[in-house]
Amino acid sequence: MHVDKISAWYGPKLAIQDISLDFEEHSVSGIIGPSGCGKSTLIRCLNRMHETIPKAKVEGQVLLDGQDIYDQPAVSVRRRIGMVFQKPNPFPTMSIYDNVAAGLRLNGVRERKKLDVAVLESLKQAALWDEVKDSLDKSGSSLSGGQQQRLCIARALAVRPEVLLMDEPCSALDPIATAKIEDLIFDLKKDYTLVIVTHNMQQAARVAETTAFMYLGKLIEVGRTRELFERPREALTESYITGRFG
Amino acid sequence: MRFLFDRDTRRRWFDVIMSGATLLCVALALLPLGSILFEALVRGAPALTPTFLTQSSLMGGIANAIQGTVILIGLTALVALPVGILTGIYLSEYGKHRLGGIVRLFVDVMTQTPSIVVGIFAYSFIFELSLLGFFPPPLVFSVISAVIALATIMIPIVARTSEEALRLVPTSAREAALALGIPRYRTILRVVLPSCASALVTGALLGIARVGGETAPLIMTAAWNNDFFNGLDQPIAALPTQVYRFAVGPSLAENRAAWGASLILVLLMLSISIASRAVIRLRAVRR
Repeated sequence: MHVDKISAWYGPKLAIQDISLDFEEHSVSGIIGPSGCGKSTLIRCLNRMHETIPKAKVEGQVLLDGQDIYDQPAVSVRRRIGMVFQKPNPFPTMSIYDNVAAGLRLNGVRERKKLDVAVLESLKQAALWDEVKDSLDKSGSSLSGGQQQRLCIARALAVRPEVLLMDEPCSALDPIATAKIEDLIFDLKKDYTLVIVTHNMQQAARVAETTAFMYLGKLIEVGRTRELFERPREALTESYITGRFG
Repeated sequence: MRFLFDRDTRRRWFDVIMSGATLLCVALALLPLGSILFEALVRGAPALTPTFLTQSSLMGGIANAIQGTVILIGLTALVALPVGILTGIYLSEYGKHRLGGIVRLFVDVMTQTPSIVVGIFAYSFIFELSLLGFFPPPLVFSVISAVIALATIMIPIVARTSEEALRLVPTSAREAALALGIPRYRTILRVVLPSCASALVTGALLGIARVGGETAPLIMTAAWNNDFFNGLDQPIAALPTQVYRFAVGPSLAENRAAWGASLILVLLMLSISIASRAVIRLRAVRR
C-alpha cells in the first residue's frame, strides 16, 4: 500500500500535511508520535473513515495494488482494508457469533455454513476461539476488555481484508492483554498487511518492521524500526524517542 | 462571635431541614396527581357498571368512546410513528448541517404549539380543501381530520424522542459497522436502531399517551358521535371528548358518567406509562 501526498482537514483545521509513505505487504508498519500529531487521522484516511466525520476533507492518493482507493466506492474499500479501534467496540446488541458474522451478514451473506466457517476461522485467527467456543451466543459486551478487543479483531478479519489498520489497539488494555494482542499481530502478518498506530514506543519497537514518526501533522522520519530507534536521522525523532518531549 | 452550636451540629441541622424541605416539595408536587387519582377512583368507580362499559353513549355508556380512542390512537400511530421516527433518524444521523438545524427548530416549535391551535389548523385545512373540492364537505368532522390533528401533535414528539434515543448510541458503534464496509443505511437499520430500540418504544408510548388524552383538537375535528365507529369519513366518539360531553350535561347521571369515563381514561394513560417503564426495565435486565 502506497500513500501519496495525503493531507486531511477537520473543517478549516489542517490535521495532517502532505504525507507520503509506503506500507510493505505482509509486514507490520508502526506509526508513532505524541498525542494530536495526526497519526490516528492518517490511519483513518487509509480506509476512508476520515470522511465519515462531518466537515472532514482529504486530499491526495492512497494506492492499494496500484489503484487509488479514493476512486473506488468507500464501502468496498473498507471491506478490503479493515480497522480495529482504540476502545474495543463490539456491537452491544449482538452475541459473540453475530458480532463476528456481522460484516458478512450485513453485506448480504446468508448461508449459515459459510458464516459458521468464517466465524470459526476468524475467532481462531484472533486467538479467541478457545475462550469463547462454548459461549458464542453470549453478548459480546460480556467479555473482558482484552477479549473484546480480540473479538473486534476477529470481526474485522471475518470479511477477509487485505490490510488491517489498528488504531492504538492496546491503549485501553492491561499488560497481559496487550501481550496477547502483540503475539496476535505477530501471527497475523503472515496473511495480512498491518498498520499499527501506537503512542507506546516500546510496542512499536516490539512489533513493527518499519516505523514512521509523526509530529504536528507531518511525517518526520520513516525507516526500519531498529534503525529509527537506534540511529535516528532527525533531531526531532531522537528527542522524542529519548523522551525529551511528547 | 460565638455560635450557639458548634459547626458540626449546625451542619447536621441544616441537612435535616433541607432534606425535610425537599420531601415537602415532593409531597406538594404529588398532591394534585394523588387527588386526581383519588377523586377519579372514588367518584368514578360507582359508575363502572357492566352496561356502562359495554353500551354506547346513546345508552349512557362509554364503549363507543373507548373504541373511538383506540381507533384514533391506532390510526394516528400508524401515520405519526413512521414519519416521526424517520424524522428523528434524519436529525440524528444526517441533519448535521444547516437544514438539520432548521428542521430541529421547526420540530421544537411544533412540540410547543397549543393543541387547540393544532385543532383549528386541521379543521381549516380540511375545510379549505373541501371548499376547493378535494374532499366532500362532511369530512370536516371525521376520523380523517381528527387523525390529521393528532398526528400533527404526535410527529414532533416522536421525532424529538427518537432523535435523542439515536444520539445515545455511541459513535464507536457506528464506526465499527462502517469500518466493516457496511453501507450507512444498513448501519443505521441493523446496528444503531436495535441499540436504542427500547428508547424508541418509550418515545412512541409517550407520544401515544399524549395524543390519547387530547381533547381540544378533537372537539374541532372528530366532533362527537353517540354511536360506534361508522366510517373514516364520519365523526367519532373518544374518551376525552366524552368526558367533556358528560361533564357539561345537565343530569346527575351524566355527571357521574363523566367521572367514570375520566377514571377509564386515567387508567388507560397510566397503563401506557407503566408499559413504557416496563420496556426500559426489560432492557436493563437483559444487560
